[in-house]
Amino acid sequence: MIRVVLPAHLRTLARVDREVKLDVEGKVTQRSVLDALEAGYPALRGTIRDQVTHERRAFVRFFACEQDLSQESPDDPLPEAVARGVEPFLIVGAMAGG
Amino acid sequence: MSRVRVLVGTRKGAFVLTADGRREKWDVSGPHFGGWEIYHLKGSPADPNRIYASQSSSWFGQVIQRSSDGGQTWQTVGNKLAYEGAVGNHLWYDGTQRPFEFARVWHLEPSLNDPDTVYAGIQDAALFRTTDGGQTWRELPGLRNHPSAAAWQPGAGGMCLHTILLDPNHPGRIFIAISAAGVFRSDDDGETWRPINRGLRSEQIPDPTAEVGHCVHRIAMHPSRPNVLFMQKHWDVMRSDDAGETWKDVGGNLPTDFGFPIDVHSHEPNTVYVVPIKSDSEHYVPDAKLRVYRSRTGGHEWEALTKGLPQSHCYVNVLRDAMAVDSLDPCGVYVGTSGGQVYGSADAGDSWAPIVRDLPPVVSVEVQTLP
Repeated sequence: MIRVVLPAHLRTLARVDREVKLDVEGKVTQRSVLDALEAGYPALRGTIRDQVTHERRAFVRFFACEQDLSQESPDDPLPEAVARGVEPFLIVGAMAGG
Repeated sequence: MSRVRVLVGTRKGAFVLTADGRREKWDVSGPHFGGWEIYHLKGSPADPNRIYASQSSSWFGQVIQRSSDGGQTWQTVGNKLAYEGAVGNHLWYDGTQRPFEFARVWHLEPSLNDPDTVYAGIQDAALFRTTDGGQTWRELPGLRNHPSAAAWQPGAGGMCLHTILLDPNHPGRIFIAISAAGVFRSDDDGETWRPINRGLRSEQIPDPTAEVGHCVHRIAMHPSRPNVLFMQKHWDVMRSDDAGETWKDVGGNLPTDFGFPIDVHSHEPNTVYVVPIKSDSEHYVPDAKLRVYRSRTGGHEWEALTKGLPQSHCYVNVLRDAMAVDSLDPCGVYVGTSGGQVYGSADAGDSWAPIVRDLPPVVSVEVQTLP
């Protein structure tokens, strides 16, 4: 079970509480987690990554285990603690605009 | 008794203002989608309970919301607005070419007779349409593929398709306006387009009378007389009597002919409203007074409407989609300001009162007249 924490605006959009729990088949990567997230919560399509290119939106960041994973390949494995559900995968609105 | 529902889009959410036909006591609901920019909301003429909203954010992109109960509850619908085919280039501020890139939906125009059909005007300028209530959107690429597109350039607010007028008398005829390209007309329901900017003069472009490149801020029509169009251009208030084939200046005695919105009285096709703004470098009202100007002669002769509007220390702007008229008698007129006020007049502009004073900056105002 993968734990995903969404920023407040996306929790509202997805109509969920603080943390989302997802079943992810196979390798646990940014791509597989976001695929599962968007399949479960279609309202989030296009809000985290572009719907056509699947590139991360510029002002969205991915954190886990106190690391910034935003620049990592979407197909790299996420940390073991995320894959085991010990630590959450955090989707964060970048600090911008004061 | 009839009612009115005013749909207000702001920089930080949407608000719904409702009143009975007297338009004296208002209920205010919102913010809906708090914290998000709501560029536009509009109800379907065919089903007033069906409302569409454009919700966007620099962080999380574009969302489209739909209500089927008059704005009480909302559901997200499709937000995939992908250009069709080769994307192509347009002119950038520095004179270079730049690929079209989706930024946001500026304007949603529901069909006159089908609540599931809606047109969307986007930045970078293109026209999209849904026929399934917003679940899926397809571009009408004939507009963006027009040979002039490489010469379109962004205005200060971005290269937006901000106005969509559906002609009730000529099925398939659509007028759109792009800042800064100009006005285009389709007579085949959006398949093919041609620019209709003859008579416009813009000193801000190399060829002031070019076929395209004009920063048209808004166009308006009266449904009983759709061949007559009124335009607020970057500078100049213009009128066409031949469905846009030619335009003439009707700014007359306005204190300044720069501004954004323009609209037409719901029962008097020759009565037109504008809000003059001091200049394109100051973007607030002249003489620190918010004055709506009304012409009862289809232009040229304008009178200032001031009763109930702030007449000192006022430095607000009224954006292009932030004026609307209801269809009650007398006609109601509404304007929303960059200062967060929404003013309403229940007597065609003779007198005004604030409906709300302290909303976030207002981007758009639409009104529905309900049975």
